[in-house]
Amino acid sequence: MLDIRNVSKMFNPGTTNQVRALAHIDLHIDSGEFVVVIGTNGSGKSTLLNAVAGTFPVDEGQIFIAGQDVTKKPEYARAGLIGRVFQDPFRGTAPNMSIAENLALASRRGKSRGMNWALKQDVTEAVIEKVKSLNIGLEDRIDNLMGSLSGGQRQSLTLLMATWLKPALLLLDEHTAALDPKSGERVIKLTEEIVERDRLTTLMVTHSMHQAANIGDRLIMMYKGRIIHDFQGAEKKRLRVDDLLDRFEQVRREEQLDESAAELLEKRYV
Amino acid sequence: MTLLISSLTIGCILSLLAFGVLITFRLFHFPDITAEGSIAFGASIAAILIVSGVSPLIACAAAFLGGMAAGMTTGLIHTRFKINGLLSGILVTTALYSINLHVMGRSNIPLLFETTLNTKIEALAKWMSGDVESIFLLGWDVAVKDLANLIFYFLLIALTGWLIYLFFRTQLGTAMRAAGDNADMVRALGVHEGNMIIIGLALSNGLIALAGALLAQYQGFADVQMGIGMLVWGLASVIIGEALVGSIQLGYRLAGAVMGSLLFRLLVALALRWGLNPNDLKLITAVFVFIALILPGLLRRIDWKKEKTVHA
Repeated sequence: MLDIRNVSKMFNPGTTNQVRALAHIDLHIDSGEFVVVIGTNGSGKSTLLNAVAGTFPVDEGQIFIAGQDVTKKPEYARAGLIGRVFQDPFRGTAPNMSIAENLALASRRGKSRGMNWALKQDVTEAVIEKVKSLNIGLEDRIDNLMGSLSGGQRQSLTLLMATWLKPALLLLDEHTAALDPKSGERVIKLTEEIVERDRLTTLMVTHSMHQAANIGDRLIMMYKGRIIHDFQGAEKKRLRVDDLLDRFEQVRREEQLDESAAELLEKRYV
Repeated sequence: MTLLISSLTIGCILSLLAFGVLITFRLFHFPDITAEGSIAFGASIAAILIVSGVSPLIACAAAFLGGMAAGMTTGLIHTRFKINGLLSGILVTTALYSINLHVMGRSNIPLLFETTLNTKIEALAKWMSGDVESIFLLGWDVAVKDLANLIFYFLLIALTGWLIYLFFRTQLGTAMRAAGDNADMVRALGVHEGNMIIIGLALSNGLIALAGALLAQYQGFADVQMGIGMLVWGLASVIIGEALVGSIQLGYRLAGAVMGSLLFRLLVALALRWGLNPNDLKLITAVFVFIALILPGLLRRIDWKKEKTVHA
């Protein structure tokens, strides 16, 4: 479903801030796979997701989604294939428009938008039904402004919006990192439910070792713009948080990271 | 009384300007100075067509299209060539100054003795009222033709406002509003954000050029200088309107823009009548808009300080 071939990306080339964010990445994801990406800060995991989404053009390589070469397509032109949830719960929804209008916009993701009413009777009914499925009592408030909702509620709705039209690929960019633990838990549960129900091909970046160990059926570990581990099938199922920490420790030793950075890592992940 | 009615009529006409500013400044957060060029552009197009004997209705339509083209140009410069929005507007406005001189062939065209929309309205009013010159209204003698103009423009504004409201509830219209509200989101939903800005600027400047065309006919001349300060006037109307209706919902905002425009014109007329030097008008308007723009932040800071002293 997703094919990344030899993709590289350099930020700020030719300056002192030059960063090799992606170095010759090859990755193939089958239809229906739920892939979790984990890595330290600056490992390139979010860059990988953004490269697939089309936030910036890549320096070399090709990206195929559902058999289509999207390498040269800008972000908006790929949107028909991709459902996307951002880390920042405020980036996925329009605060000064109603809940219903936000969802109605998502009901035409990647399609043409003409002079039909955005909130036709059938769209409004579908919006109510969708919102009801969240079980957070928002179905009576669909005319309220999106900006009046909490981050967790907005992130749940963004997830609904990203998956309203079944995307060829669902991209989740640390979508629970900015939420309080309880809302984060709820959004993760909702994610698993939707992905399971619609058998969505999913690429999820996470900061949480716990999520990485327990969610999805494949785990990719990134470091300095490269994929250093790819756990699949039974191996992924056996994986525990401690195993992941060991792997990071191993990387640390291999790369002779200094002790302070490792401490930082532990503080961050344990 | 005549002064009151004529300032209300101009307020109605300039509601179109307020609608245009509302679209660019409030929906897209785009301070579009093209407004100043396109209002004179609309006036120039309408004036030259009317002088050459074209029907005033067609002249107005042509002005609207001309304004759309101007707005589209600003939008293209801004989105395709990544030039700062304000600068894009300044470039187009500067260019329009020369274009307006070419369109009119001179710096102003008088329309007092031409067949304009107003002569048609007045003829219609005369026919409908059976040749009555003036009627007695609320204790004043009101000229029928003045009243007819006011009613006509008010209905026109109500209709235009309604159409804008409906447009922004279509699929395209909601996508445009969303593009101004959250660009990341609309891109992720497959909307070309730049195109939305271009359409918004085209619509806005079309309305503003139409305001110019109507204003030229109402005041009886088109002048190449008539755009100066118009953006700030439009902003003043929008801001007064928001204070009056106190809601950010589009329907209220549009109604507010009309109310703001009417009230603003009324205040201007009163101030001039009470002896304000007309030369100071733009200075005072600019100061007013400045205060209105910083006031929300200022109030918040005062609130915050109060809270701090309470906690201390």
